[in-house]
Amino acid sequence: MDVPRTVIVAGPPASGKTSVMIHAISCLQRAEIRTAVVKIDCLATEDDRRYKDIGVPVAVGLSEDICPDHYFVVNLEEMRDWAEANRADVLVVETAGLCHRCAPGIDKALAICVIDSHSSIKIPEKIGPILTTSDVVVVTKGDSISQAEREVFRNRIHRINPNAEIVEVNGITGAGGEHLANVLERRALRQELIGSRLRHPMPTAICSYCMGEMRVGTSFQQGAVYKMTFPSVETLTAAESAGAGAMGENS
Amino acid sequence: MISTVSILAGRDKSGNPERVERLDISGGQIYSIVGFTGSGKSQLIGDIEQMAQGDTVTGRSILINGKAPNPEIRFHPESKLVAQLSQNMNFALEMTVMEFLGLHAECRGFAADETSLKTVLDSANSLAGEALKPADVLTRLSGGQSRALMIADVAHISNSPIILIDEVENAGIDRRCALDLLTGRGKIVLIVTHDPQLALLGERRVVMKNGGMDCVLERSEGEIKAEEILGRYTKTLAEVQEKLRSGERVEPEIFEAMEVIRA
Repeated sequence: MDVPRTVIVAGPPASGKTSVMIHAISCLQRAEIRTAVVKIDCLATEDDRRYKDIGVPVAVGLSEDICPDHYFVVNLEEMRDWAEANRADVLVVETAGLCHRCAPGIDKALAICVIDSHSSIKIPEKIGPILTTSDVVVVTKGDSISQAEREVFRNRIHRINPNAEIVEVNGITGAGGEHLANVLERRALRQELIGSRLRHPMPTAICSYCMGEMRVGTSFQQGAVYKMTFPSVETLTAAESAGAGAMGENS
Repeated sequence: MISTVSILAGRDKSGNPERVERLDISGGQIYSIVGFTGSGKSQLIGDIEQMAQGDTVTGRSILINGKAPNPEIRFHPESKLVAQLSQNMNFALEMTVMEFLGLHAECRGFAADETSLKTVLDSANSLAGEALKPADVLTRLSGGQSRALMIADVAHISNSPIILIDEVENAGIDRRCALDLLTGRGKIVLIVTHDPQLALLGERRVVMKNGGMDCVLERSEGEIKAEEILGRYTKTLAEVQEKLRSGERVEPEIFEAMEVIRA
């Protein structure tokens, strides 16, 4: 049995990852390409039902106490084995997409980032590595903003990641789904995942709260503890500090 | 250069072949698309926007200058063949009208000098009831102002050869002016509409039924006259609206002009 072609889907919550992939997978099904889906989330998900509804095998991984992107990499090999056992030609892994610090892409899988064009124009900059390390950027909800804004949005994405292929998909009507399916067909390659590398390092997670600490306060904190730097405070006049004191007493 | 767009028939909602087998639209022509709600008007526009190749729900194929577009054109909106305007579109950016126009002009790769941006703004103002100011914030524009700005932007900055319009009549803008602005320079224009006057402004009407193209009607001499008369009705209606808006009373005599039309 050949190893499946792996596709990793990331992007902010509610950007339309599941809807977009359902339309693309439906197109693959029409072309008789077998797909299996793994959905990673933190606490709960119902997205697996939507995938089941279109008849693809789906596995759910809930990361619970640990970072869902770490959890994803740790389980990648097993996902691949499961997809292979399902005789899947394509393995789609939909990640949780939460803090934007990480990018779950690896060098031997197709990395897709899904973003909502209704979010701020700054979003391409804000989500950082998910966008810069992606091969394909899917833009959703473009039908409800002006033509010009759609163009401006694409332009921003292109400036941040000039190599990415940009695909517009309407998650509700499915318009553009065939384009995405065409991209998957063309660009997702059959490659062995073991020994491949993450495209972006994941954050170090070694403070006391990573280990289950619940109490708040510096004296409970151990390990890699980084404190914020705050802007300097202007010195208050006597009258102001009296006022501030009064407020403090009232509260 | 795009001279024609052709629509090759697919299937209607019952799976039957569409009655109109092929539709060729040349530059400089306006087609209106009519039919009841749910008859497939927006999907027809959607198929053109995506340049469907038998791979959408309808199974239609779109040809550009008689040939299937290559994937480069089809999947890269940078080639910018199609500009769209629809009733569902809103502005989402928190920036001023001028900043926005400048940004869009820059994306389309032409110099965004103040004079040319001013032209776009003036043209938007010729359509909108209330004037837009350069420093107005996009998201706070009224419905009519937003629509007027989108139309002016599509006409001047987007400059795509194919324009798809989906029911933009309800925003209190001057329909005829809007259409004149959009249709200049040999463009291919398709308008989905429920508005009788806009429907009659199209040189041809595509009638949609049950998801399929049912027939194409050439505008008759009689309809050209009917459109003129409708224009006068529209004008009277606008007068009534204007009076109501400004707190005046409406007397039945205002319709006397219409009686004259009928006679």
